[in-house]
Amino acid sequence: MPVTTIGGREVHVDAEGFLTDPAEWDEDLATALASAIGLELTERHREVLRFLRADFATQGETATTRRVQAVGGFPTRLQFELFPTKPAKKMAYVAGLPKPRGCV
Amino acid sequence: MRRLVVLGAGTAGTMVVNRLRPRLEETEWSITVVERSTVHRYQPGYLFLPFGAMRPEDVSRPVARTLRRGVELLTAEVDRVDVDAREVLLADGRSLPYDYLVVATGTSPRPEETPGLPEALGGDVHEFYTYGGALRLAARLADWTGGRFVVHVAEMPVKCPVAPLELTFLAEAYFRRQGIRDRVDLTYVTPLSGAFTQPVASARLGDMLVTRGIAVEPDFVVESVDGDAHVLRSYDGREIPYDLLVTVPVNMGADLVSRSGLGDELNFVPVDRHTLLSRASDRVFAIGDAADVPTSKAGSVAHFEVDAFVENFLEHVEGRPMTHAFDGHANCFVESGDGRALLLDFGYDVEPLPGTYPLPVVGPLSLLRETRVNHLGKLAFRHLYWNVLLPGRRMPVPARLSMAGKDVRAAADPAPAGATWKE
Repeated sequence: MPVTTIGGREVHVDAEGFLTDPAEWDEDLATALASAIGLELTERHREVLRFLRADFATQGETATTRRVQAVGGFPTRLQFELFPTKPAKKMAYVAGLPKPRGCV
Repeated sequence: MRRLVVLGAGTAGTMVVNRLRPRLEETEWSITVVERSTVHRYQPGYLFLPFGAMRPEDVSRPVARTLRRGVELLTAEVDRVDVDAREVLLADGRSLPYDYLVVATGTSPRPEETPGLPEALGGDVHEFYTYGGALRLAARLADWTGGRFVVHVAEMPVKCPVAPLELTFLAEAYFRRQGIRDRVDLTYVTPLSGAFTQPVASARLGDMLVTRGIAVEPDFVVESVDGDAHVLRSYDGREIPYDLLVTVPVNMGADLVSRSGLGDELNFVPVDRHTLLSRASDRVFAIGDAADVPTSKAGSVAHFEVDAFVENFLEHVEGRPMTHAFDGHANCFVESGDGRALLLDFGYDVEPLPGTYPLPVVGPLSLLRETRVNHLGKLAFRHLYWNVLLPGRRMPVPARLSMAGKDVRAAADPAPAGATWKE
């Protein structure tokens, strides 16, 4: 399991850079993860991230774009505005969660 | 008398009742299956209907003829399940008490989930996930003279995730046979990052699109369909023009699942992925497409699930632990046109790999490789479906995923570090 340094901290990540231990995440790390993919977090971003973290804690897997809309109440269009082009992957990355499961 | 009630007499529900009936004493157990339709459709046939390669009568049987003696069929619409009262409430006001319930209500296409799609359907926009839709597409293709042909998947998961690719391959071969291939531009539009979900199969199927001159538009999350302008629009601002669009609408589980408080945001029932027991009640199972298990929504999955489920159910109702873990096994033929097909065999922990199936070396079927024998296997499967699988007779393949015959050296290297998705 690769270890990398983000925001001056050592964290465990998978081959694509997603955190493998959600417990290593906090809101400061989110700021660093976001800047690694060219995003500056606003309070609106953080609301989405808090939903993702809380949902993961109860469900055990990363919410899909649809679930972030249907359960979290953040419309898909807003997700694209906040996390452009690839919101599902970017939201998971910044929230320190596994990449949303590949649909099979 | 203990009561087993099964909701849905599709592929999964029919196998459940037909396999359990001989295993449950008729003096001790009643088995009732509730189904709103009177006709059972062989849904893999919908892929062939648009090209005239299967006839409507090949894909249809009366539901009543698919069930064993001793299974009570109730042709009715279900309003909802009252889990606390352990009863099924029918739309006509009747109620049906149960000791154990199996939800096998499948998944269905929901055009209304995509703005503009319901209005656009029928003209130059078609779908083939319903019997009527497949026949309408056949009629449209028969007099189509060429242009931009776009195949589109709205959102994952969809039933039979290889079917949209198969339709694309079959259409490309069909246009060649019709002598209009040079007048057709084909594009495959998908919300996935490639042709398919899993690395080795995605690369192989992606190559097959490229060699056939089919363009791929990946990572396309559809926002709307504009039937007047003949354009698909994505959330990130892309537009795909079409002259003829074949779309696979958002797939969702039955609304009764949602009304019963048993579903997730797509109306699929959260279950334990090894036992299929609902997380909401230890009296409720969900099986087939209705369950939220992380493997393909496909008839083969339903078949392998039933193999494990029957034994687990018999243990569970006796108060014993369930010992037959379902491993996510899926086995999918992929028609590639010109009388050839590939075969994929995979599970929760094993991606589709090259090799032979079901036996090492001699096969006779080939994994991840286009052969004539695979195609004949797919065609022969229709007879097995009606005469062996549905009645609950033994299929000539093992239920559990086996590594015999698979070339594990082909397993994908992990994606390169540095996250190519971040651009």
